Amino acid sequence: MILVIAEQREGKLNRATWETIAAAQQLAGGMPITIAVLGAATGGVAQELSFAAVSEVLLAEHAALDPYTPDAYATACRAVIESVSPTYVLLPHTYQTRDFAPLLAARLRKPLITDVTGISGTGTGAIFTRPMFQGKLAAQVKPLGGPPALVTMQIGALRADAAQKGGSAAVKKLDVQIDSATIRQKPEAPFREAKQAVDLAQAERIVAVGRGIKSKDNIPLAEKLAKAMDAEVAASRPICDNGWLPMERQIGSSGQTVAPKLYVALGISGAIQHLVGMKGARTIVAINKDAEAPIFEVADYGIVGDLFEIAPALIAELEKT
Amino acid sequence: MKIAVCIKQVPTREWQPRLTDQKTWIREQDASYEMNEPDAYALEESLRLREKHGGEVVVCSAGPARVQTVIREALARGADRAIHVEHDSLGAADAFVVADALAAAMKAEKFDLVLTGLQSDDQGHGQTGVILAERLGIPSSTIIMEVQVDPSTGSGQGGTLRVKRELEGGWFQWIAMPLPALLTIQSGINQLRYATLKGIMAAKKKEIRKASVPEGLQPAQQIVSLAVPTRSKQTQMITGSPSEAAKELVRRLREEARAL
Repeated sequence: MILVIAEQREGKLNRATWETIAAAQQLAGGMPITIAVLGAATGGVAQELSFAAVSEVLLAEHAALDPYTPDAYATACRAVIESVSPTYVLLPHTYQTRDFAPLLAARLRKPLITDVTGISGTGTGAIFTRPMFQGKLAAQVKPLGGPPALVTMQIGALRADAAQKGGSAAVKKLDVQIDSATIRQKPEAPFREAKQAVDLAQAERIVAVGRGIKSKDNIPLAEKLAKAMDAEVAASRPICDNGWLPMERQIGSSGQTVAPKLYVALGISGAIQHLVGMKGARTIVAINKDAEAPIFEVADYGIVGDLFEIAPALIAELEKT
Repeated sequence: MKIAVCIKQVPTREWQPRLTDQKTWIREQDASYEMNEPDAYALEESLRLREKHGGEVVVCSAGPARVQTVIREALARGADRAIHVEHDSLGAADAFVVADALAAAMKAEKFDLVLTGLQSDDQGHGQTGVILAERLGIPSSTIIMEVQVDPSTGSGQGGTLRVKRELEGGWFQWIAMPLPALLTIQSGINQLRYATLKGIMAAKKKEIRKASVPEGLQPAQQIVSLAVPTRSKQTQMITGSPSEAAKELVRRLREEARAL
């Protein structure tokens, strides 16, 4: 059977869980699927998930699971895994999963295949596709050493609405024992640093800059191009890390996810973490000096060349009419 | 404070992949290499913590002989000494093998704090640090953006740690835990320093202890094949001089894509 570990916080389901359910349904090949919901007070999450076409939803509630800590989650997940003996354990590749899944795998001494973008085959012989070398290569990977294998699904690799519903799975409570003395991390409440001055999610057009812009002094070039296109300026992570643009203009897994009408990637190589935040854009333009840059994989239009020549030419062209 | 920083040597960002005949790994001999970027930030953080709290910084790296280049670079930037777990097979090893190999060489050192980058720019499993923590029997926290050490508190042992962990969508969270502990460091946590000529000279005299790989380490996964990813979209490449390309792109964005 396949076990899906759902992700929720304070009774709110992370939608990426549905993508993971879709992956489980694709992988199953006749195997039953069980979804596990972990937390302290998970509200209606288990009920919400019982509409998925799966055989069972397990609800493992324990006071020690809120707030989230890797130690408590690894302990609880291990208990669930040992009670249902799955062939595969599927999780969404979120920051939370990245925190506890390696610990869980280390304790179980079982494989963990992360950031999976595709699955070929079904059942025990399945092969998993994942990016390597910053997305320059795709690797086909198989787990070794017998079940279970843990697999994390890249966000957006499958569509949430691809998950088959129409089920009426039974919700079953599962007791898990967590000794709070074994939880070594003591978390404080989550917080946000900046109020969002711009809502990039609402922007129709975005001009985003990456490492290729080379220096803070060149940011005005991107701003000028954005103005000529009636677009907002955004950036990849390194630009905001350097303080060249404020953090709230960051696109990617640690910034915002956007789906504008037009996305112009200026000197952005296209690391996976960035692509996750923008590949839903309707039209993507990539301008980069490296013809092999992964950004061209997702672009509709590409220009290989020096952005310091192309951007001014674009501004001149746009200002003509 | 005794700090370990784990560093991986990875192909450079500019490197164009070339595969072995079996297409299960890259031709390592053709690649140019550099320090894994998140590890460089972990190194910088360890040097800053040493400057503040005293102690030593020990670079730990698992890999073939070639990784000595990044070990020397880390020593030149200011690390005090190094441990090199050396074996030709480690260049392509998975997270379990690397973590087990590092743990065997690091365990007896009883480090107060172990820092790693959050993932490698080559295989990118994002697991080695956390597995290493478990093998060393110490707590971990990942994707860290700030590190505060209070050496005087804690339950009688080595002090406590308060770290800022990055969550998704611009959220953060402070987490406290006892030392010893392991943290995986996010890129951009600090401003990197570069080696000075004095540092490069001094690095030549610093100790690099060689350690061997324990017998019988088992990988948890196998690369069946590697390939350049298939395109999800048909990209239309626009060529010509900058002004010709600009003109053509604007025309297509207006007429075909209707995005302007």
